[in-house]
Amino acid sequence: MTPVRSWLARRLLLGAAQTVAVVLLVFALTEALPGDAAVVLAGDQPDPARIAAIRDTMELDRPAAVRLLDWAAGLAHGDLGTSLVSGRPVNSYVADGFGPTLLLASLTVLFLVPAGVGLGVLAARHQGRLVDRAISTVTLGVYAVPEFALGVLLVTVFALRLGWLPPTAVGYGTDLLAHPAALVLPVLVLLSRPVCSLARMVRAGMIEALASPYVAQARRYGIHGARIRYAHALPNAVAPAAQHLARTVDWLLCGVIVVEALFVIPGLGTVLMNAVAERDVPVVQGLAVVFGVVTVVLNIGADLVTRGFAPRAEVTA
Amino acid sequence: MHDEPAPRRHLPSPHRRGFLATASGLAGLGALTLAGCGGGTSGRDDAKGDGKPRRGGRLRAAFAGGGASETLDPHLGNLFADVARAKALFDKLADYGADLSARPRLARSWEPNAGLDRWQVTLRDAAFHNGKPVTARDVLHSYRRIADPKRAFRAKASLEPIDLTASRAVDRRTVEFVLKRPTAEFPNILAAFGAYIVPDGAEDFDRKPVGSGPFRLVSFAPGRSTVLRRNDAYWDGAPYLDELEFIVANEESARVNALLGGQVEYAHELNPTTARAHERGGRMEIVRLPGSTMQAFAMKTDRPPFDDKRVREAFFLIADRKELIDGALSGAGQLGNDLFGKGYEYYPAGLPQREQDLDRARKLLKQAGADGLRVTLDTSSVAAGFTEAAAIFRDQAAKAGVKITVRNGSKDSYWSDILDSGTLCSYRSGAMPIESHISQRLLTDSTTNATKWHHRDFDALYQQAQSTKDDKARAAVYERMQRRLYAEGGFLVWGFADWIIGTAPAVGGVDREAPANTLGWARFDKVWLR
Repeated sequence: MTPVRSWLARRLLLGAAQTVAVVLLVFALTEALPGDAAVVLAGDQPDPARIAAIRDTMELDRPAAVRLLDWAAGLAHGDLGTSLVSGRPVNSYVADGFGPTLLLASLTVLFLVPAGVGLGVLAARHQGRLVDRAISTVTLGVYAVPEFALGVLLVTVFALRLGWLPPTAVGYGTDLLAHPAALVLPVLVLLSRPVCSLARMVRAGMIEALASPYVAQARRYGIHGARIRYAHALPNAVAPAAQHLARTVDWLLCGVIVVEALFVIPGLGTVLMNAVAERDVPVVQGLAVVFGVVTVVLNIGADLVTRGFAPRAEVTA
Repeated sequence: MHDEPAPRRHLPSPHRRGFLATASGLAGLGALTLAGCGGGTSGRDDAKGDGKPRRGGRLRAAFAGGGASETLDPHLGNLFADVARAKALFDKLADYGADLSARPRLARSWEPNAGLDRWQVTLRDAAFHNGKPVTARDVLHSYRRIADPKRAFRAKASLEPIDLTASRAVDRRTVEFVLKRPTAEFPNILAAFGAYIVPDGAEDFDRKPVGSGPFRLVSFAPGRSTVLRRNDAYWDGAPYLDELEFIVANEESARVNALLGGQVEYAHELNPTTARAHERGGRMEIVRLPGSTMQAFAMKTDRPPFDDKRVREAFFLIADRKELIDGALSGAGQLGNDLFGKGYEYYPAGLPQREQDLDRARKLLKQAGADGLRVTLDTSSVAAGFTEAAAIFRDQAAKAGVKITVRNGSKDSYWSDILDSGTLCSYRSGAMPIESHISQRLLTDSTTNATKWHHRDFDALYQQAQSTKDDKARAAVYERMQRRLYAEGGFLVWGFADWIIGTAPAVGGVDREAPANTLGWARFDKVWLR
């Protein structure tokens, strides 16, 4: 095996182990939550006989290990299990929620990379001067605003006061792409913090790279400034940012809960939140697997990108 | 992944919250979309008040609701969103008026025998959406389905007094209910939460629910949207609206924004602060449904320190109810008088309003040997205002020398946690007849007796009321029971929260009296768009 292949194999194995660990951990944690699905469902009618009956219909009386094994057996052939609460397959939950979340995440990344990298490079070029100080101040400021607050602010100004954009995605169903106006504010809110952190990272990386001996050497050769910046310094500056980006994408996919709730977009974050509140363990588990796999895949991708940009930054598997 | 859901099976296990949005640009919404639009254009005619009902249009209603796990099975309903949808598609035999007395619906009339343990219910001339008439067999099927011992439907407990094996269909339109004991308030059972009538044999509701309600199903996407269309043959008169769409938005601010932005015309369950901010803004109508939610502290009367009725009375006197309502409910409520059901049938309105009296409270505590009393108050963010009210009451109690420690519990299991453990807890209740409140919570064998009020003589009075045919005499028995609760009960009822709804200025015909859970609440067949 080539070094890259064996590295990839080790990386995949580790990823699988991580996914299994996530699933076990999630199972243990949901078991440890106070109250089970029956108690939650009984709500303000906690008649003990009724709770027992619900528990019975949901087969919650079976030992935890048996339930886990049953579920894991289904997992082997792609069956994520069945919701305790509705009796519908968890796969359909994931399928229904994945579209809107994936759309939001892709759009965000689409804008995030140019915006974040661009701002970072711009700031680094003008290091210490007004542009840099302005960008640094604004990015730090925006980063400090929680998504919820920013969302409410944007909705109030752009949707309710000015009437330029719809305040929520209500009425557009899952066909959000056909109504781009409804996506502007959610994507802006999603972009706000990652753009800031990415810009600051790229800026720091660029400044470091521009001050490095190899850039100094390149200058001595008389290489053009733009070429130094974009062909030599930027790839090195982007390498750590790629890791960061992977985590951001992960964060986007695994529950843009606040944005989904604020703009009424029925994505995976909403599914997860409801499932936890309902103690619908199979759904929580199923989503954990999906999220685990996504995280592992994204991180492998990020590692590959990092290797590509800066091969000497060996990534340990 | 849109509109028409794929074929789905469902388990006999209930579900939770609401619905979501769809696109489906169906005809006839031009006028209303304009009218509902943000800028505050208030419809096309200048009608003051509600004006004359007008036919047509599509109303979109946003509720907090369940996620992807919701179903259309009316017997599984748990949340407000479920009930609102169920009542649009289905009917009960009876439903509650604004004073929580039972009003005939699919039942045209009911007649008991002398012993009040056999009731003849005559059905009105109504039809299901498939054109078949609603018959006695459908009624019995529905009730037997709810009462199925293998299932756990919410209304099962309410139907408990009925002996469904002995009950029978006398003819197509007459059901004879045989009861296990005399039940003067039998019509309340017919109006019970979730006791909807479905066609004989109906089991699968998610694809094609057939009800007798004012609307028929167009499409249902769980957790997203439910679109309904007018049932022109509705027995209570066809609705004014052409279409009704239920949309789920769990975040209150999202419901408000959607309403302000003209994306929905009806937003259910708003915060008092939102109501105050928009009450005179002209961009939305605020509807306050009074007497919707009892707010209380429940004292466990079977254990120290509350097994001494002097301590309970002292706690009644510690509460500054006005301060609690202003602080915990932002003023959106009415004073409570330590009894459930203000404004409902049988409520003893003549009892003097209890006021804060710290001196007397201190004296009573001293007599009970409870100086320097320390109590833990269990609360949780499970309901609006709970934690705020707990903190306010803690400070009020400190003035009477009682040290209250507030303990915050998990909101998902709160109701089950406080049922048997602890001594003092935050409590609330939605609207139900006073008789139901007593039978569910205040009898020795009640299933959710959170104050542990176990008194054989009190149970006997309840049985006596249920065996009393004469309305006046029965009211007198209820009054006796409530006077006792007023003097020494376990519920410190400090207020009744308004239920707040926002509508677009173009919406007319929204009931302003009906507490949540009653017939007039979330009733869309009598609503129109100007």
